[in-house]
Amino acid sequence: MNDVAIVGVGLHPFGRFPDVTAIEMGAIAIRRALADAGVEWRDIQFAFGGSYEVDNPDAVVALMGLTGIPFTDVYNGCATAASALTLAANTIRLGDSDLGIAVGMDKHIPGAFTADPRLYACPSWYGEVGQFLTTKFFGMKINKYMHDHGISHETLAKVAAKNYRNGVLNPNAFRRKALSEEEILASPMLNYPLTQYMFCSPDEGAAAVVLCRAENAHRYSDNPIYLRATTVRTRRLGAFEVHSPWLPIEETVGATVDASRAAYEMAGIGPDDVDVIQLQDTDAGAEVIHLAENGFCADGDQEALVADGALEIGGSLPVNTDGGLIANGEPIGASGLRQVHEIVLQLRGRAGERQVPGNPKVGYTQLYGAPGTAGVSILTN
Amino acid sequence: MAQVPVAEGIFTWPPDEAKGTGPQLIGSRCTDCGIVTFPTQDSCPRCASTAMAEHRLPPRGRLWAWTTQEFPPPSPPYAGAGGRDFVPFGVGYVELPDEVKVETRLTESNPDALRTGMEMELVLVPFRTDDDGNEVVTFAFRPVEGKS
Repeated sequence: MNDVAIVGVGLHPFGRFPDVTAIEMGAIAIRRALADAGVEWRDIQFAFGGSYEVDNPDAVVALMGLTGIPFTDVYNGCATAASALTLAANTIRLGDSDLGIAVGMDKHIPGAFTADPRLYACPSWYGEVGQFLTTKFFGMKINKYMHDHGISHETLAKVAAKNYRNGVLNPNAFRRKALSEEEILASPMLNYPLTQYMFCSPDEGAAAVVLCRAENAHRYSDNPIYLRATTVRTRRLGAFEVHSPWLPIEETVGATVDASRAAYEMAGIGPDDVDVIQLQDTDAGAEVIHLAENGFCADGDQEALVADGALEIGGSLPVNTDGGLIANGEPIGASGLRQVHEIVLQLRGRAGERQVPGNPKVGYTQLYGAPGTAGVSILTN
Repeated sequence: MAQVPVAEGIFTWPPDEAKGTGPQLIGSRCTDCGIVTFPTQDSCPRCASTAMAEHRLPPRGRLWAWTTQEFPPPSPPYAGAGGRDFVPFGVGYVELPDEVKVETRLTESNPDALRTGMEMELVLVPFRTDDDGNEVVTFAFRPVEGKS
């Protein structure tokens, strides 16, 4: 199988853009990724496009050029971008094509995500009584985790404050204002123990990644980044997952753990080798839990790691250096490619004020979302 | 005011106090591997058997995980009172011993009064009034009095 390199990344900023459609944001992200790779749209041999709100992301060809390439649309919950990236990488791995693009775009209305519960294999009454809601799952999961592993409310506030602080350094971020731990703890309680400022918000944005066969990478880039692993996993019976009206007595690890273990095995790289990390911080608690679920610490160690500043840009385990979902918001189709964009900048040593010191060599991204789907990628320079 | 269940077949209805059993949730049990689900389903999530039998769940268990819902969920699908009429509620999973963990509304929404592992019991509670003026009843779990 061919190895895969990333030779271009592009982003449309995340936030609120009343005058720009999602498709237009996708086109802007694609143009920036193409320019970064030094290639033209006519050079691109295939594309995968991810979105929740846009039925046909492939409509972006109307803005880019009708070159007739295979363009496959992908939706896979909050792991949509990981799925687009995995499919694009596999297209190159299997030798179908040499140069392609993964793009994600979305434009959500403000407020918690919602849907018809029946579309998620849940009964109607589950939504009618107010239980079909992702935010309360995250509240329950971190509340149980805090109980079982001794994590404090202050740690949740510190994680959120860190991500807002990193967002200040990121010109593409949605939230670019630092918030104190006190302000975060004092904001309205939404789902105990999670307050308003501990949650990310659905918003708008787009991101694109140009991929090629690794052996061709130096044609396009003097600092290609290699995609060592991309995995997607769904929940197994016994995992504690979102949108579950019931759970069995038996318990097992979540989809993130499965995706993570598979990615480490695929890459031949372990968590100790990783220098810069992007985790799904739907809320501050999710970042805390995902740190352990992805193998970066034992359950409960987060309390001391956060207190010691380990998750900061200059710390031993830098997490969400661009502000994560908390500062960037979550345009579902684009969110995971925004993570890859940040890791690529970090591994190139071009992340500016956010640059992790010490020439990071290995980067890691993780997505998680409804109804229990996770995606992981591992990148090296 | 007439009472109607939020859905048919998820708990015993009408309330049959005469039998002295109190309300019960209705799940299903796989006759091949024994797993219990709630609500009922036609095929087994563990062994994919289609030999599922209706199974009434025990009314008491322990609080396994919980949170509070302090803002009105998006409507639809939420059908309860929104805006200023919204009343926060607790949500959790109650582990019914050796059977299943059921996700449920909790009658208690004060975090200081909820504790992982506390004993809980099933109750039926009114939660909204429908367009015909009926009181719609759903299930919830409440802390067992006098237990800690």
